[in-house]
Amino acid sequence: MKYTSQAVAKPYFIAAMGLFVAQVLFGLIMGLQYVIGDFLFPHIPFNVARMVHTNALIVWLLMGFMGSAYYLVPEEAETELHSPKLALILFWVFLIAAALTVIGYLAVPYATLARITGNDLLPTMGREFLEQPTITKIGIVIVALGFLYNISMTFLKGKKTAITSVLLLGLWGLAIFFLFSFYNPHNLVRDKFYWWWVVHLWVEGVWELILGALLAFVLIKVTGVDREVIEKWLYVIVTLALVTGMIGTGHHYFWIGAPEFWHWWGSIFSALEPVPFFAMTLFAFNMVNRRRREHPNRAATLWALGTGVMAFLGAGVWGFMHTLAPVNYYTHGTQITAAHGHMAFYGAYVMVVITMISYAMPLMRGRAANSNKAQVVEMWGFWLMTVSMVFITLFLTAAGILQVWLQRVSETPMSFMATQDQIALFYWMREVSGVIFLIGLVVYLISFFVKGEEQAA
Amino acid sequence: MTAALSDPGEPPRLRGDLAIWVFILAELLAFGVFFAAYAVTRAYNVEAFNTAQAGLDRNIGAINTLLLISGSWCVVRAVQAARADRQTPAMRWMGVALLCGLGFLVAKVFEYQAKFALGLTMDSDTFHMFYFSLTFFHFMHVVLGVCILAILLFKLGRGAYGSHDVHGLETGAAYWHMVDLAWIVLFPLVYVMR
Repeated sequence: MKYTSQAVAKPYFIAAMGLFVAQVLFGLIMGLQYVIGDFLFPHIPFNVARMVHTNALIVWLLMGFMGSAYYLVPEEAETELHSPKLALILFWVFLIAAALTVIGYLAVPYATLARITGNDLLPTMGREFLEQPTITKIGIVIVALGFLYNISMTFLKGKKTAITSVLLLGLWGLAIFFLFSFYNPHNLVRDKFYWWWVVHLWVEGVWELILGALLAFVLIKVTGVDREVIEKWLYVIVTLALVTGMIGTGHHYFWIGAPEFWHWWGSIFSALEPVPFFAMTLFAFNMVNRRRREHPNRAATLWALGTGVMAFLGAGVWGFMHTLAPVNYYTHGTQITAAHGHMAFYGAYVMVVITMISYAMPLMRGRAANSNKAQVVEMWGFWLMTVSMVFITLFLTAAGILQVWLQRVSETPMSFMATQDQIALFYWMREVSGVIFLIGLVVYLISFFVKGEEQAA
Repeated sequence: MTAALSDPGEPPRLRGDLAIWVFILAELLAFGVFFAAYAVTRAYNVEAFNTAQAGLDRNIGAINTLLLISGSWCVVRAVQAARADRQTPAMRWMGVALLCGLGFLVAKVFEYQAKFALGLTMDSDTFHMFYFSLTFFHFMHVVLGVCILAILLFKLGRGAYGSHDVHGLETGAAYWHMVDLAWIVLFPLVYVMR
């Protein structure tokens, strides 16, 4: 760690991991509710578990991005963070707001939460992934603005690199697109547009810039390859990601009442969305093969390579699988979508945040890398989580194919619930994989406490 | 002229930056997928496509083809001149190439105007969906290409390129040739082929 202010990343990373555990636990609860419908009813209904599962993910990834930026930007800009104090204040504001929101989800019915948080003054609640009460959304905007101010001031006073420029573009885009969540038109078609401009333009747009920048940063550090080479790749990847991702938004316009030409534009451009992910995989492996040093933190390198591969599979291949309009006509909103969602979020965003944590955490704790023993445990965590995520995805895909067949393709289509009964076996297998994922996560967290001989920073 | 394009004594190398070639391949892939979609859809609706196609202005299309091919030739001459340290001719060729690109855009605007006047849009029928999509997608590439040529012209004026360095110039030129190439497929496919 070159600058003391980089250490503000630490609480962000720790809180992110805490929320990650919560996310997985609620995932398991939901997974069980798929097959045992009244599990934990009426205390934690399915819709509440789902909200906590997805919202916790978003919040912890945002925490991870913020922590990563607080660590990365000072180092790249070669200067101390503009205000470490502001970063810490915002951390607590964010954490408390997130905790209160989750408590709100769990303690009272959603409609009551909407009423007591004054949703009728500025209605923003009720949309998937953006369920947060309006006051929480305002809190997120305040935290994001303070964070962007802090990071941008650091950027402006220091050295400007391609990595920080791309990262800042991504983070500013993230904040700006979130503003669409405050507009909630009555017209359902228009509502869907604004909703996708948050959801899609985040994960298939600006978040990819953040992903690319973080990956490039870690690769420079662990491989020692020339910055010039890495930056060129970064530019190519983010341009491809932005062009395909932005026009690819059209794959959400197929059935919402938008003009028909979107069937073509959405299909063609989103079919090209795997290209930047493939480039990213090539990039990661190419850089590691051309490495000019053996960095002692092998675990971080493993996470970086894993990010490339899993993002390509989850976001690229599994996304392509159901992105063409004639295919999506059948698969829309089935377990195929869930399969894609799981592997894409894990492969692209969970793994890149863990890559940053894996690289930066030992440095913040005063060593170049963790002991060999700790790294071995960490790599066990990597493999357990990654392999079980592959299985979760495969089982959900199988469930999805069967669901599409029984419910939509068959000559005598079955009802939704009757179909769910038929695919229960796959839900059970997914749940078992989920338990192994949790074990992997626990093993990963244990690796932080494993001692052994460490290399000095 | 081929002899002048590459020095026989020189070992083969990729002209322009590797990154631009990644872009060019990605762009051609996007065009290629669009062309394939057009071709397949047309195969199922030959009659309807032929009828709608008859309404296209092939003269403007042909003029535009000439403009783009001439523009590409001018860019080649500009690169050659710059490599030989003849700055003024290089700028002149680049200037003409830029005019060709601008001419293409102006002609295209007139063409669109005529179509809109007839009330045709992307929603009119499948043929016009493809016609507007493909030509507009290409139009935006010409806009970017023209911007690139303008930057190259500006930098030529400041003496940035010469026998000492043509890397940036070749990189921009390669992009322009891609824009040209895409049109050379697009024009016969959408305007001419029956």
